[in-house]
Amino acid sequence: MKYPRLALSLLTVSLLAACSSAPSTDGQSGAAVEDRSSASASGVDANRVVPVDANAAAGAGIAALKDPKNILSKRSVLFDYDSYVITDQYRPLVEAHAKFLVANPKMKMLIQGNTDERGSREYNLALGQKRADAVKKALTLLGVSEAQVESVSLGEEKPSCNDASEACWSANRRGDMLYSGEF
Amino acid sequence: MTSRILSLLRRALPGCALVLASSLAQAQLAIEITGAGANRMPVAIAAFQGENALPRAVTDVVRADLERSGLFKMVELGPSPMGADTPPDFDRIRSRGADAFAVGTLSPSGAGRYQVLFRLFDTPKQAALGSQALVMTPNQYRTTGHRIADYIYEKLTGEPGVFSTRIAYVLKVGSRYELQIADADGSNAQTALASREPIISPTWSPDGSRLAYVSFEAKKPVVYVHSLATGQRNVAANFKGSNSAPSWSPDGSRLAVVLTKDGQSQLYTVNADGSGVRRLASSSGIDTEPSWSSDGWIYFTSDRGGSPQIYRVPASGGDAQRVTFEGGYNVSPRPSPDGKSLVYVSRNGGRFQVTLLDLASRQTQILTDSSKDESPSFAPNGRMILYATEVGGRGVLAAVSSDGRVKQRLSVQSGDVREPAWGPQPRN
Repeated sequence: MKYPRLALSLLTVSLLAACSSAPSTDGQSGAAVEDRSSASASGVDANRVVPVDANAAAGAGIAALKDPKNILSKRSVLFDYDSYVITDQYRPLVEAHAKFLVANPKMKMLIQGNTDERGSREYNLALGQKRADAVKKALTLLGVSEAQVESVSLGEEKPSCNDASEACWSANRRGDMLYSGEF
Repeated sequence: MTSRILSLLRRALPGCALVLASSLAQAQLAIEITGAGANRMPVAIAAFQGENALPRAVTDVVRADLERSGLFKMVELGPSPMGADTPPDFDRIRSRGADAFAVGTLSPSGAGRYQVLFRLFDTPKQAALGSQALVMTPNQYRTTGHRIADYIYEKLTGEPGVFSTRIAYVLKVGSRYELQIADADGSNAQTALASREPIISPTWSPDGSRLAYVSFEAKKPVVYVHSLATGQRNVAANFKGSNSAPSWSPDGSRLAVVLTKDGQSQLYTVNADGSGVRRLASSSGIDTEPSWSSDGWIYFTSDRGGSPQIYRVPASGGDAQRVTFEGGYNVSPRPSPDGKSLVYVSRNGGRFQVTLLDLASRQTQILTDSSKDESPSFAPNGRMILYATEVGGRGVLAAVSSDGRVKQRLSVQSGDVREPAWGPQPRN
């Protein structure tokens, strides 16, 4: 049930990546929302064939990312209250992902920073960004290319836990690492 | 009819909050008055001659609007209509205690339309305060009622009314998010955008035709501009990293936004079509929540001094000035329409509360007694402030007057309402 959808989304991601690889004027992606469906019809040479490798993100790497026994299947770095420092506990995890990204330079990673629910949504978005940036910085210091990782924030909008308790809040102060095909 | 039942209820249950909108539709916002002004002016709105031809009486809408403002106390004149062309019985109306009253007549004006002619009187002076004629279709009873209420409100208070304005907010039911637009009284809710991913920070263009907001549909925050009448959307900011916190320039051409493309969250301006991005300010910390004022400032939240505080920078660029100094957490600034005061959320002993700062006198006033307030925004006349808060673990909208006296609450039967934004005056 889940696999066909995943395959389709991988294909879509590759297609989107191919479409957006043309340099845009001011670094923006997606000038208009409608472009997603019409980009290939309008702006592109009709005779040009864009090669799409549907297996680009597959192969040996992906299995490791999903294998619960492999450290790479773990994707979350938790942070202390009001803190943006990766604690020693998460060093091996970040190092494993750095090693994987260096070995698979075609893989891209989206790091999503999150916060607990207290306070302003927009200010929390900025705090979540600091967590995502901390993970990104750790990865790039370990040799991962800047172009491979994007750090973004979901602020308090996507809690993994919904109670107003300290246990829950701490679970929501996290950075999640997503690979190509997962976002 | 409804108002008579309400007035009976009011007499039977003094001090009780009254639910004015009784629609049972799940996603319909119901409005409650939870606090009123100290000296409410007694006003009577007679039933208009001929309004029984409408699906619902326009005067019901007028009375509910004026009552909800918290500035007026409705005086009942009974069910018999009073037309605009009959000399009013001042003595009888004065004996009921109304300081001002309105009478009116609906007459067919052809093609299924009606003309409403109404007159407003000052009872003690036995003098006419003004009259207006409006043309309406029967289904426009609500819009027409709001316009009559705006006229009466302005004549009696000297300030424009906001009964014809609209509000935007995000409704979350289960894992579904809807960006909705409703009349200021919560009626006529319509969905502008539905998504399985969060939507935050909607904000109205100055002409009320477009909304800018942040949607997470691309698994990251992206700023969109959305034309309400057509549903057309364009990306205003989708740079590498996070894109958020849009605020329109007073002329509607540009947006102040927060981008992380060059590092931490920082302030930029961008054209509404996404072109022409420019850095507005630089700091070594977080700068976010820009809010453009009518007098050329951009207020924002920054932690450059160690804790989140409010600062401002000229919209044309320049040095930032710190605006708030008390307390360790002051966020989400919104200048009043006249630029003279600022509303924001302050943390006071663990409670997050809507706070008003008079920029000239530096006086601050905490306006609410709740503890999880977010996202305040002014009504276009500056009198009321709409914000999100929590009641019984559920997200609701609330409004409070700038003097802290008048209080209303808007909630849905199931689901969370959040991220409200009060729209501008409609342009007719």
